[in-house]
Amino acid sequence: MTQPIVVAMVGNPNSGKSSLFNMITGSHQHVGNYPGVTVEKKEGYCTHDGCDIRLIDLPGTYSLTAYSAEELITRRFILEERPDVVVDVVDASNIERNLYLGTQLIEMNVPLVFAFNMSDLAKRRGLEFDLDQLSCLLEARIVPTVGSKGEGGDALLEGIVRTAREGRKPRIHGLRYGAEIEEELARVEAAVLERERGLADRYGSRWVALKLLEQDDETLAKIQSPEVRDAASKSVGRLRSIFRDEPEIVLADRRYGFISGACQETIRSSVERRHDASDLVDAIVTNKVFGLPIFLVLMYAVFWLTFTLGEFPMIGLEWLFGWLGAAVSGLWPEGSDSWLRSLLVDGVIAGVGGVIVFLPNILLLFLAIAMLEDTGYMARAAFVMDRIMHKIGLHGKSFIPMLIGFGCSVPAIMAARILENRRNQLTTIMVIPLMSCGARLTIYSLIIPAFFAPAWRGPVMWLVYLIGILLAVTCAKLLRLTVFQGETLPFVMELPPYRMPTPKSVLIHMWQRGWMFLRKAGTVILGISVVLWVLASFPKPSPERLAGLDGAQARQAALEQSVMGRVGRFVEPAIRPLGFDWRIGTALIGAVAAKEVFVSQLSIVYATGSDEDTDALRKKLRANYTPLAGFCIMLFSLISTPCAATVAMTRQETGSWRWAAFQFVGLTVLAYVITLAVFQVGRMWM
Amino acid sequence: MGKVVAEQNVVRPLSTVADGDTVRLVQVRAGRGLNSRLASMGFVSGAAIRVVSNNHPGPFVVVIKDVKVVLGRGVAQKILIR
Repeated sequence: MTQPIVVAMVGNPNSGKSSLFNMITGSHQHVGNYPGVTVEKKEGYCTHDGCDIRLIDLPGTYSLTAYSAEELITRRFILEERPDVVVDVVDASNIERNLYLGTQLIEMNVPLVFAFNMSDLAKRRGLEFDLDQLSCLLEARIVPTVGSKGEGGDALLEGIVRTAREGRKPRIHGLRYGAEIEEELARVEAAVLERERGLADRYGSRWVALKLLEQDDETLAKIQSPEVRDAASKSVGRLRSIFRDEPEIVLADRRYGFISGACQETIRSSVERRHDASDLVDAIVTNKVFGLPIFLVLMYAVFWLTFTLGEFPMIGLEWLFGWLGAAVSGLWPEGSDSWLRSLLVDGVIAGVGGVIVFLPNILLLFLAIAMLEDTGYMARAAFVMDRIMHKIGLHGKSFIPMLIGFGCSVPAIMAARILENRRNQLTTIMVIPLMSCGARLTIYSLIIPAFFAPAWRGPVMWLVYLIGILLAVTCAKLLRLTVFQGETLPFVMELPPYRMPTPKSVLIHMWQRGWMFLRKAGTVILGISVVLWVLASFPKPSPERLAGLDGAQARQAALEQSVMGRVGRFVEPAIRPLGFDWRIGTALIGAVAAKEVFVSQLSIVYATGSDEDTDALRKKLRANYTPLAGFCIMLFSLISTPCAATVAMTRQETGSWRWAAFQFVGLTVLAYVITLAVFQVGRMWM
Repeated sequence: MGKVVAEQNVVRPLSTVADGDTVRLVQVRAGRGLNSRLASMGFVSGAAIRVVSNNHPGPFVVVIKDVKVVLGRGVAQKILIR
């Protein structure tokens, strides 16, 4: 078997690269992350003319400098992995700006194929291309495609295979930058050829020299020879004094010059492009008065779709896991205390099932997000929210994951992917657990009626949510001033044209997120569930202790005896100042598995029997704690210890356990300090 | 192209341009990162910029090389035009 042809797909954001990638590879895709960053790594496979082709969808970028994670990843992949072919996906209705990336690929002298995507739109806009001549000027094949309609795929694959067979070949013309720059370029290139043979062989001497003139940090770091550095800095100095600007900017000018020259000869435009329709829509959705309400209504729709509509399949899944648990349980004789049965039913099925029930939420949420992104509204929404979010040091788009956090932190953390800037993304992920999620509502609905008169229930609930929001805002601001310090990026964002999303790309997007989530549930979350099950089940009480106890009392005795119960007792002195006893401690530790476990754990330690009988539990609570302690329980559950699934998702999305641990410990300490203050100050008044 | 304003030769920041006017870029006065990012999006000298909306404190939207771009006000002040 021959080696597959490795193809890298690059292109500007909004060039339709993903839909083209989906069209070619269909469902033969694999999505992961680049190590250490949340930039997505998508790979797909297909065959053409007996050749196996492996496609890598690189992040969308405008250029290949070294200023953002996306640019660096794309550039490193092309330089270091040396794909057999690079496909540059170009929005054919907007050639000039899109070809800028192409000029940088020409400079790198990679075997190149241009996909002129959305060529139907270009035709409708009255653009006529002389593709043969343009192909000569760019020294690469050009294939017209329409990714959203599935046109041009075979021709593109044909172009890829042919280009791969030809391999790397020297360019005849390449790009010329004018006499002054060429002169300095030749000087630096000579120095590189003489002193940095290795780099010259690897990346091409002209390209290395060009990057040195641009003072590209990554390339500079690779240069060992002081002579080459010296030659480069002298050349840069001379160019600066000639052009009164950075050589980097002059080079960008020249690249655009090359493009407009090539376009003038080969593109005829019969109609002037107008933005009237999109201008009108923008005037409404980004309006000072209407922009925010429109955004809030749409967000409410997303929230409703995710959590209200998602509840029906959720109930189905809950039923399914309940049935599965009962079925597995039925394999053992009635009343058996086999540990394997308990592991499977109470550990694995209950633990993983408790997380998988969120799958419908995840699918619906990403369906909604994909629609917002593909139609082009997301960019406008980011803009509308930016002024408010900017004040707490976040990006306009941060609002969306934070809002989703009121439903569940797990999809919310996944949704933080829509943020391009890493610092913004990390800050958002860190504060998401402070948005009070749906699972914590079960705790509040146990506690609030137990301690507060009906008239006070609403305001208390509102207060808890408000505290969460205020803490999230404060923490975000503090994090941006300390750990994630750094200037907020200047706001420059493309407003893509409004487009109709294609069902295929929306569905693929949705499925990929769902699959990612399922994989997580099957690995890390499964592991954590089993660990927590062990902690709550072992060591077992002796049979003598259980003698004469009914079911509820036996479970109480077992939990008390287990590691979890012992830890609960052990931490009692530490949580006493918060108004908690060992029972609350044990239930809080159990809540690490999932917040709603708090309620069932508490009903076990109070031996109140079945979960449905919450009134009995409320009576016990009223007898044992003050309303202040009750409020503190809610406060602590709100702020502290994100659940196991949240920890696992933070680990996945930040790429390191360090951030997950930081979030876990940070929030727990914060919860302790705040609850301590509230309880101690509150006690003086009551 | 829309109408070109009368004050052809006065170099001033993009943030001062009124809605609907088309101007030419002279230079971007920003740090290296922003400079390079803007250049890659087509903000190079001589490029035609049409201002779509310049409402204080609302959006600052321009069209450059057939692409609609939103700029922060701070960014618009760093772009010099004629």
